[in-house]
Amino acid sequence: MTESASTFRPENDAQLIDAIAWANSDLKPLELVGSGSKRALGRPVQAAHCLDLSAFAGITLYEPEELVLGAGTATPMADILAVLEEKKQELAFEPPDFGPLLGRPAGEGTLGGLLSSNLSGPRRIKAGAVRDHFLGFDAVSGRGQAFKSGGRVVKNVTGYDLSKLLCGSWGTIGAMTAAVVKVLPRSEKTRTVLVRGLDPEAAVKAMSDALNSPYELSGASWVPSDLTTASDVGYVRDMESSVTAFRLEGFGPSVEYRCGKLRADLAPLGETEELHSHNSLAFWAWVRDVKPFGQPGDERVVWRLSVAPTDAPAVLARLHEITGAAAFLDWAGGLIWLALPHPKTGAEELVRGALRTGGHATLIRGPKSLRAAVPVFQPQSAAAAALSRRVKESFDPNRLLNPGRMYEGV
Amino acid sequence: MEMPIPDSDVIARRRDIAEDLSRIVPGEGVIVEEDERRPYEADGLTAYRTLPLIVVLPETTEQVAAVMRYCRDNSIKVVPRGAGTSLSGGALPLADGILLGMGKFNQILELDYPNRCARVQPGVTNLGITHAVQDDGFYYAPDPSSQIACTIGGNVAENSGGVHCLKYGLTTNNVLGVEFVTIDGEVLRFGGKHLDSEGYDLLGVLTGSEGLLGVVTEVTVRLLPKPECARALLIGFPSNEAGGDCVAAIIADGIIPGGMEMMDKPAIDAAEAFAKAGYPMDCQALLIVELDGPEAEVDYLIDRVRGIAEARGATSLRISETEEERLTFWAGRKAAFPAVGRISPDYYCMDGTIPRNKLPHVLSEMAKLSTKYGLRVANVFHAGDGNLHPLILYDANEPGELEKTEEFGAEILKLCVEVGGVLTGEHGVGVEKRDLMPEMFTEDDLKQQQRLKCAFDPQGLLNPGKVFPQLHRCAELGRMHIHKGQLPFPDIPRF
Repeated sequence: MTESASTFRPENDAQLIDAIAWANSDLKPLELVGSGSKRALGRPVQAAHCLDLSAFAGITLYEPEELVLGAGTATPMADILAVLEEKKQELAFEPPDFGPLLGRPAGEGTLGGLLSSNLSGPRRIKAGAVRDHFLGFDAVSGRGQAFKSGGRVVKNVTGYDLSKLLCGSWGTIGAMTAAVVKVLPRSEKTRTVLVRGLDPEAAVKAMSDALNSPYELSGASWVPSDLTTASDVGYVRDMESSVTAFRLEGFGPSVEYRCGKLRADLAPLGETEELHSHNSLAFWAWVRDVKPFGQPGDERVVWRLSVAPTDAPAVLARLHEITGAAAFLDWAGGLIWLALPHPKTGAEELVRGALRTGGHATLIRGPKSLRAAVPVFQPQSAAAAALSRRVKESFDPNRLLNPGRMYEGV
Repeated sequence: MEMPIPDSDVIARRRDIAEDLSRIVPGEGVIVEEDERRPYEADGLTAYRTLPLIVVLPETTEQVAAVMRYCRDNSIKVVPRGAGTSLSGGALPLADGILLGMGKFNQILELDYPNRCARVQPGVTNLGITHAVQDDGFYYAPDPSSQIACTIGGNVAENSGGVHCLKYGLTTNNVLGVEFVTIDGEVLRFGGKHLDSEGYDLLGVLTGSEGLLGVVTEVTVRLLPKPECARALLIGFPSNEAGGDCVAAIIADGIIPGGMEMMDKPAIDAAEAFAKAGYPMDCQALLIVELDGPEAEVDYLIDRVRGIAEARGATSLRISETEEERLTFWAGRKAAFPAVGRISPDYYCMDGTIPRNKLPHVLSEMAKLSTKYGLRVANVFHAGDGNLHPLILYDANEPGELEKTEEFGAEILKLCVEVGGVLTGEHGVGVEKRDLMPEMFTEDDLKQQQRLKCAFDPQGLLNPGKVFPQLHRCAELGRMHIHKGQLPFPDIPRF
């Protein structure tokens, strides 16, 4: 996987600063790695050395009543989720585990990888994205200088909000060593209402109407019949048709009340079914982790498209003109997951060409040759690309940290 | 407060510059006469005043772009301004800089309910958005107390908050996209109606950047469906500690109220005298807990919160039975600032955030400082998110009292940082807290932030003198000291 000549594994801030300072003196690019679980995502990094950040691990702060957790960036997500579980809390944006999707075991990801990728799960439509829960960090810049931003409190406008910049920057801005995130109570109850047989247009309309109701949906997804057959939830398989899913979470009496109201609203659309706790959890984990495309041996190219929710049916129709396309919707249509049997080109032109009214497409899975050949992240306008480059260089003037992981020259 | 020394050459060219600018912004969009510039000399931080070089009021994005290019080409500073309600001096003019007023950008461009968003111009007021959509069952969540006047462009610049942040987030969590103009006159768009912006999250960087990176010309905000109902509890406690405990216990029980506000005794007294809200007078701390959502949920949670409060020693507890009663509970809290204004000739509003559990400690330290400075202080507290607004009571006509007040305020903010909090939760750094930035950040931290500014504004023309205590030239900030041939760190494990 790596082409790095050697790996450095700094054990503390001072050593990390030394390593990056040295990389500057010799102009040696570095590939930043936590657990390496997302190494197959992004443009291939041509780095002289690997900077292994796995020593920066461990939960250092967890105050459930303050809704705050701080940890080294190499802390396994599994550890963090276990600690939160104990206090009936969670990361509200529902962190996905893309291990199996990317051909690796589940449960390998780290906090740093999660923050650097800003990939959020189904609850993003209600609770916000990873970036909305990222309160502060410590990092070392590409200049080899320690810097920090934010803090441990939610309400903070002191200085630029660099957490936003670092979130989703794929390690190209700084090597993060520690981070603080906002945590929230997890819901006491979850229910999912299923409607069978809707086409994308009817499904997006139904999801939009439901999100505009006062019933506080925390998930809205549409899965076509060719994918529901592979669901690990019996009720979903048995539908033998497309499924539109609406999730309600919260306190018991509230969920029951909203569930009744929602089912009544949805009744004109036909037969509805209800998933309770275990099945509801399993269904949304399936959507969250993109399991329809993450089974062993599945080598299709996978794209992730972020669009205005109401654009989804039209975009989906255009995508289905590509041979062998399979797709499902999350975020009430705002997120399209697409699998294609085109490892050479990824049908990149057709995929991005389907976005006619805004939005963007990211190549999430594809062979290395493809990731080197086509833009993995949505190409930017010349002015935006130039600004992104200047932003990168303001932290990493010699472009040594994960060079080219997102864009060539960044 | 020292501001950058004005460039007398630029000031001498005032008339010529105004003439050039009126070719870009025709009609009455360029204001040069002193008496007409006067209304712009200060924002909400009225202790500081400066007459701007020229006031420019563009009407189109193209005009903004042309003004920015002109200013870049002629090295003229630019201070952007929305409604001028900043409490931190973010829109304080510069004597050698143009004040770019965005008030004419006051149109709502599109309401898109199926995608739950609105596209608006930056000069639309915060409350204007909610007013435009409320009959259709929607609202815009962040609600700073200046919402009747403050603009959405200013909210983006300051990342404004409000009383509902714990549940609904700040501006940054409720903005989906912006169009903005760089100092080079380039018009860029970040985000849109889709949920995640591509590339670097420059939308997130721009939000809260206090007008130092660019000028926002359009904003796409997220709309939320109005909750079915809202009810509030008004709870009195015998001490600040008991009030603080109750807040922690509510959250520990898994409840995130729509709003959770605390007031200390001086604030209760002032608010009650002013608003006659029927607040209990025998308590030391007063908590307003508002629950919103579906009726079944609100009724259920009201009972749970009541149980928690009673177990924490509440001395009085009322639950709103009608919408009118709920609003009465809030009337005192919402009038807290003017109420304090009535018992003192002047007041100075601070804005630190602290970890919630440090509240009793911070309040007792603040009481000591109050004695030390001989100045009274009343506290209102966004208890849910730890955002503290101490109001220091003073008399600006007493010689030296403003300086003493500022010193007291600085000590409070230092205390906030000391306990793990921050200098400002929602009002911004501006000029007000600029010189306190080193309390929170190292020199390297601040230099790195300024390097980011250089990526947007290499000449340092946008709102200079705000946020950063020390101005550095970008060339100087970019310099790196590299020691070639240094021994490559023998201590680091290599594989």
